[in-house]
Amino acid sequence: MSIRIDQNTCVGCQRCVNICPGSLPAMNESGKAFMAYPKDCWGCMACIKECPVGAIAYFLGPDMGGKGGAMKARREGHFWNWEYTSATGEHQTIVVNAQESNQY
Amino acid sequence: MKFEKRERIDTDVLIIGGGTAGCYAALTLQAHSEAKVLIVEKAAIRRSGCLAAGVNALNAYIVKGRKPQDYVDYATKDAAGIVRQDLLLSMSERLNGVTKVLEDLGLVILKDANGEYMARGNRNIKINGENIKPILADAVLQLPNTTVMEHVIMTDYLVEDGEIKGAVGFSLRHNVAYEIYAPYVICATGGAAGLYRPNNPGFSRHKMWYSPFNTGAGYAMGIQAGAEMTTFEMRFIALRCKDTIAPTGTIAQGVGAKQVNADGEVYETKYGLTTSQRVYGTVKETLDGHGPCYLATEGITSEQNMDLLKAYLNMAPGQTLKWLESGEGPQQQNVEIEGTEPYIVGGHTASGYWVDTNRETTIRNLYAAGDVAGGCPQKYVTGALAEGEIAALAIAKRYEAGKPSGVHVSPALAAQAQTYLDAYDSYLTGEAPLYTTEQLEEAMQRTMDSYAGGIGSYYRFNSKQLAKAKARIEELQIMANHLKADTLHDLLFIYELKERLVVCLTLIAHLGARQETRWHSFAENLDYPETSDEWLCYVNSVATDKGIEIRQRPLVKEDYYEHQN
Repeated sequence: MSIRIDQNTCVGCQRCVNICPGSLPAMNESGKAFMAYPKDCWGCMACIKECPVGAIAYFLGPDMGGKGGAMKARREGHFWNWEYTSATGEHQTIVVNAQESNQY
Repeated sequence: MKFEKRERIDTDVLIIGGGTAGCYAALTLQAHSEAKVLIVEKAAIRRSGCLAAGVNALNAYIVKGRKPQDYVDYATKDAAGIVRQDLLLSMSERLNGVTKVLEDLGLVILKDANGEYMARGNRNIKINGENIKPILADAVLQLPNTTVMEHVIMTDYLVEDGEIKGAVGFSLRHNVAYEIYAPYVICATGGAAGLYRPNNPGFSRHKMWYSPFNTGAGYAMGIQAGAEMTTFEMRFIALRCKDTIAPTGTIAQGVGAKQVNADGEVYETKYGLTTSQRVYGTVKETLDGHGPCYLATEGITSEQNMDLLKAYLNMAPGQTLKWLESGEGPQQQNVEIEGTEPYIVGGHTASGYWVDTNRETTIRNLYAAGDVAGGCPQKYVTGALAEGEIAALAIAKRYEAGKPSGVHVSPALAAQAQTYLDAYDSYLTGEAPLYTTEQLEEAMQRTMDSYAGGIGSYYRFNSKQLAKAKARIEELQIMANHLKADTLHDLLFIYELKERLVVCLTLIAHLGARQETRWHSFAENLDYPETSDEWLCYVNSVATDKGIEIRQRPLVKEDYYEHQN
């Protein structure tokens, strides 16, 4: 499991670099963040939630059953929109209300 | 490369680790003393520690109709008696108080029509804990007397005459090494992951249950400073969703899914329902040819299916992605389960510092709280908060009574700090050996897996295997001393490896010392496959010049315990 930072979308704010509990993203020479240690990702989503422009997606490695799809999280008010895109380009969004408790 | 700058900092209380326990200790100190507090955190406190991803239930709460003693009894039974009554009770009495504080800070807790918390079983309440860490961090960052230093790691304690004086460390960002002097220190660094070969040793090697960034720093610093440790042999192995290593409790308790083997037979009742028995049952079924094992979710309603997808997004989003990637949710397919690699984590089992009732370690004025503190299993989030509170209250009392005016730095203490700081530079200069930090980490994990009861040996071991593990870990320690770092991050990796190797050696000594099998899988000693009443005692250890000295201590049944030498 790891993350990919879209170089075209990244605005170089360094929030992901600062929030990651493993200090895993770093800045490259063109002032964009990149995943410096892809094998060390815990999958905690801190960077994805912190990114102001939705540049970061997470994916499962093939060793965990990943098929090339990826997921992002976008905050809208009290809602998290979790947006999944499969390898073949199909989209699915799951909306989670951040003010609602887990029912389980 | 060398450290360009050495900085000295003086504070009244140093808190090492800004996770659950550390943050709550800072909040408590602010409310009860005028002490100046410094939190040193290796990442950023808004998303560091075990709760970076969030959590979706508080698993330690005294629900309506129950008493703190009920929780003590439950945890005692689950650990087959090897717990500290005083620690469990003092924690249990505070579980509801700290929960109220978190709710007041903004944590969403599910309530019924009467405004009472909704219970999940006998000890749990349901929350939306996705933002639990930002909530805690925001409160801490507003405290006037608390300073937070982020992206700094502490590597060694400063100790003189059995009393803590501070710690040394370095910045991951600024090429600065720190010597921090404090008359009181709280160690809240969490437990240790990454000792054993993990479930997904390749690309997804860090997709583990426990935070891979909790590398046992607090244990290692304590062991090296001669602090007494307890019950490392009670390892924690989590039963988790296969591959993603996501929690199973939400499925088991949320939709009432039972553990079944590949033949569809419910096996959990065959082996017992304690935490270790649930893991052991799954291992045993697989060994007997009935694997893989599952949580039986097939046939749940579509609403339940979607609720589970959402619930996992709040705490382990990898599992939701796995369901989406496979095209089948838990309604269509049972969820396969497996045991994780073993961890040392005092929030779940009883491993950690040997502390008194106030959470003071055997090093005077050094306190331990949360996963790093031993004797008090089943702490979970609220128990870690409670321990942060207990340690902070004890320090506040001493501080207000004595108001120490900083630490007097004797020549001997300055020399101690110098030795540790010089060690950093030794890793930053000179030629690299033929091996890397990563390779040594793999060698350590492989050794522990094969010879100290990892996944690959079905969590079982005997004394001959442990002897091999010890010999190899000692070799790796010598090799690690020659590693070289080009960057501060490399230096972090070297220290994390060294910490883990120290923890491994103590763990191996403990596994060999307990000559019985009290907890299947957690400590499955093939030389002694039965439980023995002779071992109704604690196995403690102290690292000395001659090696690791094991001490058996009688069970503490009283409500209060003080250190006596």
